[in-house]
Amino acid sequence: MQTEDLQLTLGPNLYFWSRQETFDFYRKIAETPVDSVYLGETVCSKRRELRLEDWIEIGRLLESQGKRIILSTLTMLSAESDLKLIRRICAESPWQIEANDVAAVHLLESLDKPFVAGPALNIYNGRSLALMQRSGCQRWVMPVELSRASLQNILEECRQYADAVPETEIFSYGLLPLAYSARCFTARHHKLPKDDCRSKCQLYPKGLPVLSQEQTPVFTLNGIQTQSGVPYDLSEHLGDLAEIGVRHVRLSPEPQGMPEIIIRFDAARRGETVQAHAESCNGYWLGKAGMEHIPATEIS
Amino acid sequence: MELVCPAGSYPALKAAVDQGADAVYIGFRNDTNARHFAGLNFNDAKAEKAMAYAKSHGTKLFVAINTNPQPQGWSRWQAAIDHAAALSADALIAADFSVLAYAAEKYPDLPLHLSVQGSATNYEALRFYHRHFGIRRAVLPRVLDLKQVAQVAAHAPVDLEVFAFGSLCIMAEGRCYLSSYLTSESPNTCGACSPAAYVRWQETEEGLESRLNNVLIDRYQDGEKAGYPTLCKGRYLVNGQKYHALEEPTSLNTIAMLPELDRIGIKAVKIEGRQRSPAYVEQVVGVWRKAIDQYLANKSDYQVPERWLSVLGKVSEGAQTTLGPYSRPWQ
Repeated sequence: MQTEDLQLTLGPNLYFWSRQETFDFYRKIAETPVDSVYLGETVCSKRRELRLEDWIEIGRLLESQGKRIILSTLTMLSAESDLKLIRRICAESPWQIEANDVAAVHLLESLDKPFVAGPALNIYNGRSLALMQRSGCQRWVMPVELSRASLQNILEECRQYADAVPETEIFSYGLLPLAYSARCFTARHHKLPKDDCRSKCQLYPKGLPVLSQEQTPVFTLNGIQTQSGVPYDLSEHLGDLAEIGVRHVRLSPEPQGMPEIIIRFDAARRGETVQAHAESCNGYWLGKAGMEHIPATEIS
Repeated sequence: MELVCPAGSYPALKAAVDQGADAVYIGFRNDTNARHFAGLNFNDAKAEKAMAYAKSHGTKLFVAINTNPQPQGWSRWQAAIDHAAALSADALIAADFSVLAYAAEKYPDLPLHLSVQGSATNYEALRFYHRHFGIRRAVLPRVLDLKQVAQVAAHAPVDLEVFAFGSLCIMAEGRCYLSSYLTSESPNTCGACSPAAYVRWQETEEGLESRLNNVLIDRYQDGEKAGYPTLCKGRYLVNGQKYHALEEPTSLNTIAMLPELDRIGIKAVKIEGRQRSPAYVEQVVGVWRKAIDQYLANKSDYQVPERWLSVLGKVSEGAQTTLGPYSRPWQ
């Protein structure tokens, strides 16, 4: 496959922005060369600035600009109300759904609806991917901690066990979603219990940086989610992605400069030479510690 | 109420059996299980010896094969499953779809328990695992409060096991890549978290420093007790404040909640700590055995004597215990 065949996707917004900021953001996105857009809340069920109807309205707007829409579901379900919402999304969504928990896989399989398997589903091998394919998975997002070499092996193994291999999407830009907890670290930073968090994560539209005592970025707090300290950036590796057979390149929303990031990746897929974000990492893709950054010039 | 106890070595297994464990769980000596630490776990001969000892005392033996294989390593996972079946293990504790599928297909009589690494926090997810692999039990991740656990128990198609005592993983098990972000090795891929090979201790003018793959995890002043640099337990800077941004070293202890766990229908309680010493296993299992026996003998008059708490407190990490996520304010 050639890099120009790569599709650019905008992942679900992992942060908590106001309703107005969210609408404004996606209006800008409508003008960018992104091919598909994931909408919906995937991190915390207490973030209720937008209702399902609002997401559908945003989806219609983007659809009118030629974007393909996918609705994403919550990653960690703990209350009955979370399940209720997921059931509603699975039943009512006008678009395909990204399942971020096995609960959604179960519901969608029962409804006989095809789905995208999200990055938190722990698909580490081709047998598992084939199993998901039989349950209705048409596209999968590889777990962020896996490498180029793992991907090659997974796709090869999947071909032996499945009639069709789902399309592959790779998380390629943004702070990496690395962990989920029962605890809200943002509320905890403000010395508040989660039940009375007062939506403090709204104060941090791109997360709350965690630095080592030597001031180097280590992680980023985003409510119950912990992210990488610096963004992952595979913009210099698109040739690699295309060669292995990746179809979709996921860019993760940031409050500022998102159209520029999309334009940079669009240029890269058209064959232009681009430079990764100055402070970024690419270790996972190269089979190393995720935080590492290996310059393209040093890769043999 | 079944008491499920850890063993990372044959002496620990013996201690657990002797102290009255209903079941002991072990792992093989490689990356097929989530406690893949140097010097820990069971080779073929030790596993057989463990099985013989457990069987002769009427104790069940579970085998944990609960990491996620990648294609290049599959033969190790397959061999581990075959080995567990050949041992006649009483259950296989697994998380990965492919491991569950292989075991269910090849050994339909080998009971499957969904590992905590499977990260199933709700009954719809459990229905998937039940439908596809016929799991009989699931271990719940330590992310739910007691009311939520009760809700899962009320609708779950399988028996539930919960963590009762031990080190507290702050993150949802099976959904944490922090360790591979810093070191390239994670619980899911290698059965390792903050692996020792990446740890470095250094005396400096600013204090004793602990590093993981060169990232400063904590710095201790004279008189401060230094702990293993598990990355989620370090002191970091957030908005200029230095504190345990994720978690302070502490242990989970739910011994006071035993009646409540029984009432909501929990079928088994699990002690964490395959990486801990035989002495730890002996003491913790001893106390929990007494607690369960006392509770079952007289359900309406269950009390937790101070001496139990003192024994458990002494072996706890950070020497303090919490109810963890079962209690809302912790979250």
